[in-house]
Amino acid sequence: MRKNLVTGLLVVLAVVTLLPFVLIVLNAIKSPDDYTTRGPLGLPSQVYLRGIVDFWERVDFGEKLFNSTVIAGAVAVLAVVVSILMAYALGIGRIKGRMWIVAVFLLANLMPQEALVYPLYFLAKEVDLYDTKLAVIIIFTAIQSAFGVYLLSSVLSTFPREIIEAARIDGANRWQVLWRVVVPLSWPTLSVLLVFFFIWTWNEFFIPMIMLISNDNQTVPVALGVLQGQRLMDITSQSASALLGIVPAVVFFLIFQRTLTRGIAVGAVK
Amino acid sequence: MGRSAERSGGYLPYLVPGVLLFIAVIAVPVVMNVGISFTKWQGVGDPEWTGVDQYQKLLTDETFWLSFRNNLALILAMAVVPTFLGLLLATALFDVVSKKHPRTTTALRAAFYLPQVLPAAVAGIVWTWILHPEFGGMNAFLRLVGLDSWAQNWLGDENTALLSVMGVLVWIQIGYPLVIFMAGLQRVDPQLYEAAALDGASWWRRMWSITVPQIRQEIFVVLLTCTIAALKSFDKIFVLTRGGPGGSTLTPAYFSFQNFFEKANVGYGAAIATVLAAIIVVLSFLFLRAQNREER
Repeated sequence: MRKNLVTGLLVVLAVVTLLPFVLIVLNAIKSPDDYTTRGPLGLPSQVYLRGIVDFWERVDFGEKLFNSTVIAGAVAVLAVVVSILMAYALGIGRIKGRMWIVAVFLLANLMPQEALVYPLYFLAKEVDLYDTKLAVIIIFTAIQSAFGVYLLSSVLSTFPREIIEAARIDGANRWQVLWRVVVPLSWPTLSVLLVFFFIWTWNEFFIPMIMLISNDNQTVPVALGVLQGQRLMDITSQSASALLGIVPAVVFFLIFQRTLTRGIAVGAVK
Repeated sequence: MGRSAERSGGYLPYLVPGVLLFIAVIAVPVVMNVGISFTKWQGVGDPEWTGVDQYQKLLTDETFWLSFRNNLALILAMAVVPTFLGLLLATALFDVVSKKHPRTTTALRAAFYLPQVLPAAVAGIVWTWILHPEFGGMNAFLRLVGLDSWAQNWLGDENTALLSVMGVLVWIQIGYPLVIFMAGLQRVDPQLYEAAALDGASWWRRMWSITVPQIRQEIFVVLLTCTIAALKSFDKIFVLTRGGPGGSTLTPAYFSFQNFFEKANVGYGAAIATVLAAIIVVLSFLFLRAQNREER
């Protein structure tokens, strides 16, 4: 009896948590007329997609999706490569002073972006990378790999040494050991990192907003967030814009749900 | 090939890309930022060396202190409240639901976690829409249930803006401690609970004497990472309130942004950012040391 009560309460709370999503979907497909007569809580009388289509065209949302995918995808791959290279030297190569290097990289990952942003903005202008996707890719490869180095070097420090030595005896050089032995065997952790780097970079707002001022280069959160911040949107395009921002995130969530929950637990205990 | 030679030299090239990126993107900018904080600079022309003037100005700047007080409220909303609620929800889910209904557990956990995967900017758009004074869902709901007088300009009124932002942050954050704590609870030996139940320990008592000490490490991590995240609050503030009204939701992160890019007060912005970075470094250091001591 009491258990059913607790379960019921949890279900109610979960529904309340999801309510904002439901409201957004409901209103993104509601015509302005329905909105006026039925209000934000009323059901739409018909499915009205013009609001979404108009908003999509207004911000050229396809282009924003493309930009976000290119930036987040490139960062995920590059940051994992950089992390595994460093972690290989630190965790398996046991380079002198590795504790210090790992500590410095952890600290680097914790730095508030506010303490980096102005010099980065200034330097990017100096080297002609301002307002390019490449600048954002370089910056987030560095920031994400700082975390990757921290996580992976502790994972690799427990890598079974017999396996590496066996490969060496078979004549594999260090480079081959990394790519043919260490990477395949660490793939579960690497795939978690890939997914996290992708989603973290996708969600970034501050530095991309500063670096990418032209519309053609903006990512999904930047384009939507800046429009919202300027208070230029009417109420129906707000729900359309929120829906367009939600959909990719929910899609990633559904695809990667297992990886995500596994990864969060790994990151917490390490 | 001698083993020691192999160790010292051979692996160094693998550090090169990571170290170069670190120098270019983090080390040099951090040092430059500290340097800029000792100057008066509008972002163009030559910076004028002013020593610690910007820091002295900080100490007496009421807006700066206001932004820190606001930040404490955000730490409450992003770290303290979610940790507490997350603990309650995680134990309830784990104790009551998970054994009999694993699928329901997964679904509920996913529901609470979903706000976490949204870009913060998008979560901000969702809630500015809901909290819109005339057309938003929140006020419509209050009017529907006859609480007309409760309807507010949630984000636009100095008295409610900070509380509204805090509410949104709890909604965003709650899934993170929940997932971590549920993973931690799997480690706890069920016999501990059985013994406590035999002794007639109340649910509350078991929570405090078994659950909390057993998943101490997870609680530490959640409090640290969420506190740091709260100190970096920029994107949600940018989209929800832009620090307003009247500075009631201003955070140091947002205040430094304003000085950098809106007021062309680059030296002052750099000083605020430096203080923020120093606080985060000290905080992480203290937390990690406390955690190490616990483990011994």
